Amino acid sequence: MKHIAIGILGAAALGFMASAASASTLDDVKAKGFIQCGVSTGLAGFSAPDDKGDWKGIDADFCRAVAAAVFGDGTKVKFTPLSAKERFTALQSGEVDILSRNTTWTINRDTALGLNFVGVTYYDGQGFMINAKKLPGVNSALQLSGAAVCVQSGTTTELNLADYFKANKMEYNPVVFEKLEEVNAAYDAGRCDVYTTDQSGLYGIRLTLSAPADHVVLPEIISKEPLGPAVRQGDDQWYHIVKWTYFALLQAEELGITQANVEEMKTSDSPEIKRVLGQEAETKIGTDLGVSNDWVVNIVKAVGNYGEMFERNVGTGSPLKIARGINALWTKGGLQYAPPIR
Amino acid sequence: MQEHDTAWVRTEMALAQQAPAGVRGPLAWVRKNLVGSVGDIILTVLGIALVVLILPPIINWAFISAQWVGADRTVCATAAQGGIQPDGWSGACWAFVNAKFGQFMLGRYPIEERWRPILVAILFVALLVPLLIPRVPRKGLNAILLFLVLPIVAFVLLVGGMFGLPHVETQLWGGLLVTLSLSFVGIAVSLPMGIVLALGRRSKMPIVKTLCVVFIEFVRGIPLITVLFFASVMLPLFLPAGVSFDKYLRALIGVSLFAAAYMAEVVRGGLQAIPKGQYEGADSLGLGYWQKMVLIVLPQALKLVIPGIVNTFIGMFKDTSLVIIISMFDLLGVVKQNFSDPSWATPQTTKSGLIFAAFVFWLFCFGMSRYSMYTERRLDTGHKR
Repeated sequence: MKHIAIGILGAAALGFMASAASASTLDDVKAKGFIQCGVSTGLAGFSAPDDKGDWKGIDADFCRAVAAAVFGDGTKVKFTPLSAKERFTALQSGEVDILSRNTTWTINRDTALGLNFVGVTYYDGQGFMINAKKLPGVNSALQLSGAAVCVQSGTTTELNLADYFKANKMEYNPVVFEKLEEVNAAYDAGRCDVYTTDQSGLYGIRLTLSAPADHVVLPEIISKEPLGPAVRQGDDQWYHIVKWTYFALLQAEELGITQANVEEMKTSDSPEIKRVLGQEAETKIGTDLGVSNDWVVNIVKAVGNYGEMFERNVGTGSPLKIARGINALWTKGGLQYAPPIR
Repeated sequence: MQEHDTAWVRTEMALAQQAPAGVRGPLAWVRKNLVGSVGDIILTVLGIALVVLILPPIINWAFISAQWVGADRTVCATAAQGGIQPDGWSGACWAFVNAKFGQFMLGRYPIEERWRPILVAILFVALLVPLLIPRVPRKGLNAILLFLVLPIVAFVLLVGGMFGLPHVETQLWGGLLVTLSLSFVGIAVSLPMGIVLALGRRSKMPIVKTLCVVFIEFVRGIPLITVLFFASVMLPLFLPAGVSFDKYLRALIGVSLFAAAYMAEVVRGGLQAIPKGQYEGADSLGLGYWQKMVLIVLPQALKLVIPGIVNTFIGMFKDTSLVIIISMFDLLGVVKQNFSDPSWATPQTTKSGLIFAAFVFWLFCFGMSRYSMYTERRLDTGHKR
């Protein structure tokens, strides 16, 4: 009896999903006139509401970039804030067209959950922040032996921490709390010397400390958290549009195309720039993708290139002041690399 | 005739005298309440010390050092934190609340359309206040306007999509708008539904009784979080493909049904407190079931359970915060969401935002509780102790 009930439920669930995702996503999106973008319920620098209630951040801007590629207008996007529990169902059921919600790319999510990750818009990883006043002279996580470490309980962060210290044969005192707010308060009150969580989060937390200047984020990253947007499986056209929007953002930065100079760049002498911006005669790059040929121009006009997007939301142009680090272009020693647009 | 041999007989009452100076006036109050015994003296000293210790820093933090206006986090952060305040400064960041006020009230409702919820709020207050003041006439018309006409007008104005008003999805609603609309609908639906369920549960008709008991016990037996989660995640699976309910509507139904089950038990408590003689008296007058209930039993029963009813209302008002788990942002949810805005992240932001949210919740709950006490006193016609 139970099995039958589960079977019916499952069938109903499948039917529900199938019906929602039957037509091509691009056609659906064009028919409704906007992209439905799943974002977080609030994460500094990635997707957070500003004073007017507009979503700001890398994840939000990425959806604007896709909207610019499809419609030539970066504002044609609607945001759905999703909790961590809801996010995959929302994408599978067709409630959102893109899940751009600081989601870690893992094999399980790529296969079993039926998602397709398009790339890594932000290479994150677990890092350490220390109180430099209490631990003078420490500039590497390998010097942290014997330190009291504040960590949130029941997270992979806690497990990674244990692994890292064990692998490096170091001792540590875990100071464990259940709620993030409690960890923040304990660290600020000096109950531990080290705070560990995702590195992007450390910068946000540092802003809320009473003496941010005393605290230093160490360079070590002890886990891989590649964050990127994902789409539904089974719609290659849409997958390509979203994926190449990401690559176009990188390519624009590599070629020095910015929000400010994109119009001038159209008449550039460089054949590569002309090709990327769709200024070559009889180009079919954009139309083959299913968008207009000046799609890169539209993307850069809407949100700038990847570097501008980064600096504006989490880098020097934002209060977070996160260094580019491994998120720099491959030409500058980072990991961001785009295949050629030709 | 016999003369009284009393020398003098008082013919009128002596005028009432004031109590002796030693037991009246503020000084006597102080003597009696504050320094009556050694224990009292110790408690008084401790109390005063506590107030002196706690109050000035709170006042200083919340008012004197507080920052009321500003464009971003710099006004609420010390120089070391990247702001403009001197080191060691600590004060409330009301500038954050100020900058986000529109969002706290209406969520991400489009700015150019915000006159619509504001108009609804004005209409709501204009209809609610006269209904709450007993002296104002035409209660019937007023109630019809508030409970039947206003919801329709509010629906048209808030949702839009007709009469040339642009459509605003409920996904963009948030803040106090969600808190208040959920609780108003919850209150307006749960009271009548709760009464019907309570009557049903005491009914002699087996099917009606069973249905009511099952509903009440089922809903009361599961947490509101489960009801909301069920409404937002499971319900779509049971509906035919293509039919989808709005998330907000689902929360609305979930909250209303949940409150109705609780309300039913509160009302049943009142029904059980009515002596059997009242029922029999009504029967002997030849009243039918509904006449008996509406004219005799319910007016007495509901009056008895006003504290319980208001308790349920206040509980529901605060429970609306749980809609955060289905990614709807009520007042508390939207305040917490805005903590993630990096341009306002300071050590003071979180405290200030939460205190603001607490204050708004307190304002509404306190208002409800005061009004219920007033109503109790006004209706307290019999059974005086």
